[in-house]
Amino acid sequence: MLELKNITKTYNPGTVTEMCLFKDFELSVKDGEFVSVVGSNGSGKTSMLNIICGSIPIDSGDCLIGGESINKQKDFVRYKKIGRVYQNPSMGTCPNMTILENLSLADNKGKHFGLGKGVSKKRIDDYKAMLSTLGLGLEDKLNVKMGSLSGGQRQAVALLMATMTPLDFLILDEHTAALDPHTADIIMELTDKIVREKKLTAIMVTHNLRYAVEYGSRLIMMDKGHIVLDVDGEKKKNTKVEDILDLFTSISIECGN
Amino acid sequence: MLDMIIGTVTQGLIYALLSYGIYITYKILDFPDLTVDGSFPLGAAVTAVFLVKGFDPYLTLLIAMAAGALAGLATGLIHVRLKVRDLLAGIITMTALFSINLQIGGSNLSVERGIDTIFTAPPTMLLFGSMPLMYRKLIVAFILALIFKLLLDAYLKTKSGMLLRAVGDNSALVTSLAKDNGRVKILGLVLANALVALAGAIVCQEQRSFSATMGTGQMIFGLATVIIGTTLFRKLDFVKGTTAVVIGSILYKACIQIAIIAGLPANLLKLVTAVLFLIILVLGGMKGKVKQSA
Repeated sequence: MLELKNITKTYNPGTVTEMCLFKDFELSVKDGEFVSVVGSNGSGKTSMLNIICGSIPIDSGDCLIGGESINKQKDFVRYKKIGRVYQNPSMGTCPNMTILENLSLADNKGKHFGLGKGVSKKRIDDYKAMLSTLGLGLEDKLNVKMGSLSGGQRQAVALLMATMTPLDFLILDEHTAALDPHTADIIMELTDKIVREKKLTAIMVTHNLRYAVEYGSRLIMMDKGHIVLDVDGEKKKNTKVEDILDLFTSISIECGN
Repeated sequence: MLDMIIGTVTQGLIYALLSYGIYITYKILDFPDLTVDGSFPLGAAVTAVFLVKGFDPYLTLLIAMAAGALAGLATGLIHVRLKVRDLLAGIITMTALFSINLQIGGSNLSVERGIDTIFTAPPTMLLFGSMPLMYRKLIVAFILALIFKLLLDAYLKTKSGMLLRAVGDNSALVTSLAKDNGRVKILGLVLANALVALAGAIVCQEQRSFSATMGTGQMIFGLATVIIGTTLFRKLDFVKGTTAVVIGSILYKACIQIAIIAGLPANLLKLVTAVLFLIILVLGGMKGKVKQSA
């Protein structure tokens, strides 16, 4: 269970560009939920993810996981239990290292990085099996450098890497936004499969309303630091793209976009 | 002529240790570390003092490495914990080290002929005692360069070594792996400056002297060797970075030797070093990116 309580966040306080994004922001996500988050640019979606992951500090409020405050934990400490896939496919992998080396790094997450062998030969067959589930033919390219793969391939590997070790949360930060529509569909299918198989709790920010409606067990729409729509269960299943598109457009018109 | 070639190769092999250090910071960590100009003479100063005091010459190498490691730690802490920019963090440590080196070794310190160095100490003599000093120097330099090359290659394949490579490649990933990328950077700087100080220590034993100004331009030298090496062998995947760097180091020493033979006054040496580095940088850049952006 993840809870954000009374979160207040102001950017550039005390200057002319001061901007209060969150004021008493509240959100709770139950274990096993797959939350899709939509909203226009600047509505606070990515800031919310950054607050959960500890990438940006908050002014006041509480961030709780399983009832315990993680406010004082630094970002890298929080990532022990959090996996994250970024919008930019090159953020989730090391371009100058091979696929095998990248997977080996991810495999060792949460353990000690000592003087043991970096790549375990015993695990190679497991890695190949994981890669073959992607259906991209990467299982034969273990020794290819990550940087020479396409964005979609890299994002698929990044997704594998982020979910390789046991997690409390999977954070998906517009992870299909930089991909072509076809590849985006493949990555989205894969995400859904992994989340179901591993029974992960996931928060996915997306600009693709169709994904938000089709995938996930709960849908949230944000605007100017507030949650303007929050549906789950049957209601979520009955929500159609047109419904949220209408709401989305009406908000955008208010903003003058 | 043969003497000169042997001398140049020996120099190249000794300075290869410095290049390994810069390979770690510049190529792996993507960190322009100016500490080098201070940690190199630091290694020499510590070595000169301990040799004069009668310590075992091999032991002094380890002491020098420890001193260099501390210098790297200082730069790392200044950069990571005090959040000072990488270049400035190195300059601060380098400047402080200038005074520290003067305190340790004075402006000049020579090691008398009677004192054994790694090239004349019993273990070396036992193995290679029948050879003239010049060949002995070449062999010892070769063995040291080889040992540390193999150690570094092996280290880069460990979990810790892979994390070090990852931090320079994509530091966000290291954070995602629940590791503090600041600590990994500090570790890299510690290792790199230990190697740089080791090079300083061997140079000191080889020329039997320390001078406070011997660090000037060492960072540029190391960068040049790393760039020559990695640019030459860019297309050849099977040549390891460390091997490329050793060859770069020997080639660069040879270039300077040729310049001296051609009649270059010793006072202009650093100017030539800088110009040569600029040429290498520009040529390397034209053939393709010298550094891959993350």
